[in-house]
Amino acid sequence: MAKALVVDDSRAVRMIIAKTLRDLGYEVREAANGREALEVIAVEKTAVKLVLADWNMPEIDGLELLKQLRRISTPDSLAVVMVTTETGMGRMAAALAAGANEYVMKPFTRDILVEKLQLAGIRP
Amino acid sequence: MTVGGWNVSSSSIAIQSENYRFLQEQVYSHTGIVLEDDKQYLFECRLAPIVSQLGLGSINDLCALLRESREAEVGCQVVEAMTTNETYFFRDPAHYDAIRSVLLPRLKQERRDTRKLRFWSAAASTGQEAYSLSMALLEEGLSDWNIQILATDISSRVLDRARGACFQQIEVNRGLPAALLVKYFNRSGLVWQLSEAVRRLVHFEKLDLRQSMAALGPFDLVFCRNVMIYFDAETKQKILKELHVTLSSGGWLMLGGSETAFDIEEWFERQTIGNAIVYVAR
Ligand SMILES: C[S@@+](CC[C@H](N)C(=O)[O-])C[C@H]1O[C@@H](n2cnc3c(N)ncnc32)[C@H](O)[C@@H]1O
Repeated sequence: MAKALVVDDSRAVRMIIAKTLRDLGYEVREAANGREALEVIAVEKTAVKLVLADWNMPEIDGLELLKQLRRISTPDSLAVVMVTTETGMGRMAAALAAGANEYVMKPFTRDILVEKLQLAGIRP
Repeated sequence: MTVGGWNVSSSSIAIQSENYRFLQEQVYSHTGIVLEDDKQYLFECRLAPIVSQLGLGSINDLCALLRESREAEVGCQVVEAMTTNETYFFRDPAHYDAIRSVLLPRLKQERRDTRKLRFWSAAASTGQEAYSLSMALLEEGLSDWNIQILATDISSRVLDRARGACFQQIEVNRGLPAALLVKYFNRSGLVWQLSEAVRRLVHFEKLDLRQSMAALGPFDLVFCRNVMIYFDAETKQKILKELHVTLSSGGWLMLGGSETAFDIEEWFERQTIGNAIVYVAR
């Protein structure tokens, strides 16, 4: 089963996203910040096919996480979707330039997330 | 009592049956939309804001006002409140996939001399459908072609919004790939406005689908999505026939995801392209 990793410092947000991803057929791992996320990736390696990452997190933030992930992956081998309250155009452009597959602004609904993944061709 | 900010005390008074019929008739005669006999709750929640804004006691009072004064403006407000305007960017992605993968390659070939294409969004609401098409065409490298997208709706209110091309975060978050958002929108504060490049291709006009439309064509593609579901069979059939006349031969009609057309073999051939259903004009 394809694995997805949800990275957000809010436990509630992680829960909501994780539930949606499970319904879509992913096995879900969670991390509270970028450092934890990299630890999970180091263990799970290529089993993880999708990372959903918040931007503002302690230690390693979402953009830095994305950049580090892109050193070892491509948008085809590992989809990275930013899910964040950062809604500035500059931020969005920076994330896309760094290799994000998609960008979802908070607040979002379950339907928005599902549609965004579908539209970006991301499926388990 | 207030629920979600609305004062609902007025709507707790049941709509009298003759008033219910009166409202059904009003909506039908203005839009062709058929509201069944069990839509009491819909009238109640959609009309409550108008009732309280006018300082009336109930929907029955509102009906009395409409009957007496034939207040055109209030009548319009009532009809508008009862129509569903929900829409979003790239709704039914399979439709856009079919356009990109089959329709546009064919048209690029066929029209390489005139480089002219015409499209119609026939129940445009706040414009997301027409603007999605505009972005899709630009992404396909057609920016130096002569492209016209006509976008029409019966409601002046939604058309005003559509012309402004300003959207809220929740609207641009839905269905719109981030790459297109960054490329084609400008942001000021909480509002996201589409760029001139996308807006240039689209022209908005007020139009009731029940009126004659033969003069509008010919189009290469007509979107008539998520509006026919509200019409009765007779109205629907008449509109489908009219739409056929506006299409160039081989032109495409696309209906909403949950809409189907029957008895149209004479005018259209039904084709499945990927996950999309397309009605190809004969
Ligand atoms: C649910 S929206 C559909 C928007 C868009 N086509 C889509 O699929 O996302 C339906 C629209 O049909 C319009 N409408 C209703 N009756 C109409 C009529 N008789 N003629 C033209 N438009 C009508 C409404 O004003 C509303 O904006």
